[in-house]
Amino acid sequence: MAEKQSFFSSVKNSLFDGRNAVIGVPYFWFLLLAAIPLLIVLKISMSEMEGTQVSSMIDWSNGWPKLTLNFASYQFIASDSLYFKTYLSSIKYALITTLLCLAIGYPFAYFMARAPKHMQPTLLMLIMLPFWTSFLLRIYAWKTLLVSNGVINNVLMSLHIIDTPLTMMNNSFSLLLGMVYSYLPFMILPLYANLSKLDLRYLEAAADLGTSPFKAFWLITVPLSKAGIIAGSMLVFIPAVGEYVIPELLGGSSTLMIGRVLWDEFFNNLDWPMASAVAVVMILIILLPMAIYNKSQADLAEGKP
Amino acid sequence: MATAPKDNNKPAQEVLLRVENVTKIYDGTVKAVDDVSLTVMKGEIFALLGGSGCGKSTLLRMMAGFETPTKGKIFLAGQDITDLPPYQRPINMMFQSYALFPHLSVWENIAFGLKRDGMPKDQIADRVEKMLSLAQLNKYAQRKPHQLSGGQQQRVALVRSLAKRPQLLLLDEPLGALDKKLRETTQLELVNIIEEVGVTCVLVTHDQEEAMTMASRIAVMSEGYFLQVGEPDAVYEMPNSRQVADFIGNVNIFEGVIEEDEADHVTVRCPECVHYVGHGVSGHKGMAVGVALRPEKIMLSKNKPTGEYNWCAGEVIEIVYFGAHTTYHLKLDSGKVIKAQELNNTRDLSCGLTWGDRAYAHWNDLAMVVLTH
Repeated sequence: MAEKQSFFSSVKNSLFDGRNAVIGVPYFWFLLLAAIPLLIVLKISMSEMEGTQVSSMIDWSNGWPKLTLNFASYQFIASDSLYFKTYLSSIKYALITTLLCLAIGYPFAYFMARAPKHMQPTLLMLIMLPFWTSFLLRIYAWKTLLVSNGVINNVLMSLHIIDTPLTMMNNSFSLLLGMVYSYLPFMILPLYANLSKLDLRYLEAAADLGTSPFKAFWLITVPLSKAGIIAGSMLVFIPAVGEYVIPELLGGSSTLMIGRVLWDEFFNNLDWPMASAVAVVMILIILLPMAIYNKSQADLAEGKP
Repeated sequence: MATAPKDNNKPAQEVLLRVENVTKIYDGTVKAVDDVSLTVMKGEIFALLGGSGCGKSTLLRMMAGFETPTKGKIFLAGQDITDLPPYQRPINMMFQSYALFPHLSVWENIAFGLKRDGMPKDQIADRVEKMLSLAQLNKYAQRKPHQLSGGQQQRVALVRSLAKRPQLLLLDEPLGALDKKLRETTQLELVNIIEEVGVTCVLVTHDQEEAMTMASRIAVMSEGYFLQVGEPDAVYEMPNSRQVADFIGNVNIFEGVIEEDEADHVTVRCPECVHYVGHGVSGHKGMAVGVALRPEKIMLSKNKPTGEYNWCAGEVIEIVYFGAHTTYHLKLDSGKVIKAQELNNTRDLSCGLTWGDRAYAHWNDLAMVVLTH
């Protein structure tokens, strides 16, 4: 009887434990939707195209498995300066977007966090309101605003402020405008969450020790919101690097971004291994800031500011 | 009514802080501080004592500059500082939660105020070293606040507020965050450091023991005004009202009427007993008064005392053993319950009283205070 019980309890403890099941769900989710697809992409990137098919990596023709790793796509990325330029340009645009979002978003989040408590839910709602409309529609809307015979140029012309239409489309201005507009909420929300938790007694203590409010902002508020700044910047930077829709619709041909190169390789050139290799390199580029972000989060969890 | 003994032998002191008729009204209606005036002498440790919501913290925050008085003026060394922002006042505060900057090391926390003053680097280093030794924290200079114990954080907070050599140091519940055992040792450490530096102090506390051990003078506050201001022993032994007597320590209050009113004694008739008070009071015959009697001034015995005054009888309904002393709860014949505290000066429990025993409580004719309001 006792043996039976211990057998059951050990099975229960190891497999059907509620705790394991709960922890298992996100692991399973991650495995199914992130790890496995990523491995498939990695596999494709090291294969060759055979007609419209991707070559098999493992060859059984000799009776035993023969693994063929093909690095041609990676070699091509390394040799053709277009890819290097495009990666650099993607990082540049993502970085400028992040800095602009931070410059606009920080004061936004700061005043939201300082607003009367009863107004804060409304302000938060207003930040999230754009999400109620499709992202694609909002980008198209910008297009109609920015084109030569668009709303902005027409208004400025009819007011005789300008004589010839301003070129606001298909350049880095329209690209950055679209990117900043789309990603601003992702900067504001983590910053707001961080700043609204800031203990105002630190600011009182700083004032008490002879710090003017302006100085106290730079010496206390900004350093203490470091975690929010990093979280917001990562949330903007990482998707911005690989952004495809905004450069496609607003950026025109002059703005190089890796998302469009990836699209071209995949759908125009039908070169899956090449597209996958471009994606893998992009992931590696993004992993670096991710690692920084994770470290800051771990520091935060340990209580280190 | 007797008054607190005056200190005529102390040298003439300089007034450092003067609060003149200060009132603070929140939201147009809530009177947090109600027409308070007070002077603090140079070198004094002055305590604002009261329960939560009595206005003591608001008063302290007005001294620091975090709140502006609705009415009234605050002077520091003769200068009107009522409208000066906190960062321009030569006053520093030690916050209740310490408010140590979590992103800065102990060293940087202490140096923070000095850097703002634009003090030369070598002088800052000097001063911080001094402050670290004062707090005995030299080894911990590079630690972050969260790596310190509660007592260490408390000392960092103290020396950070002392580093700029403020004219006035404000302490907001300085020991509130510490546990009881640590509090007792820290209290003395704190007073030693403050006295070593020789800074004038105003401290806010709800803990009457903290106020009595640390302060040279206490103001007992309630509902925004001062009930009594005086030295700790005066406030304890000569409370001027039922509220003060009740707030500071334990007290038994007998309600009665003055029966005899002579220059050298009065008698007060209460339902439980007749009090013979061995000094004159500021009442008159027939006046309803309260007689306050501290538990430690009551003696218990099994034998009926002789004489007609200053004793009563009752049944022991509760015995609370504290180690050093024992508190007996005595239910008097009138139904009133009084507390009597007996010192455990021998190892067998004194008096030999136990639950249900009939006991006699008696006291001498200078043990009580007659309260006229």
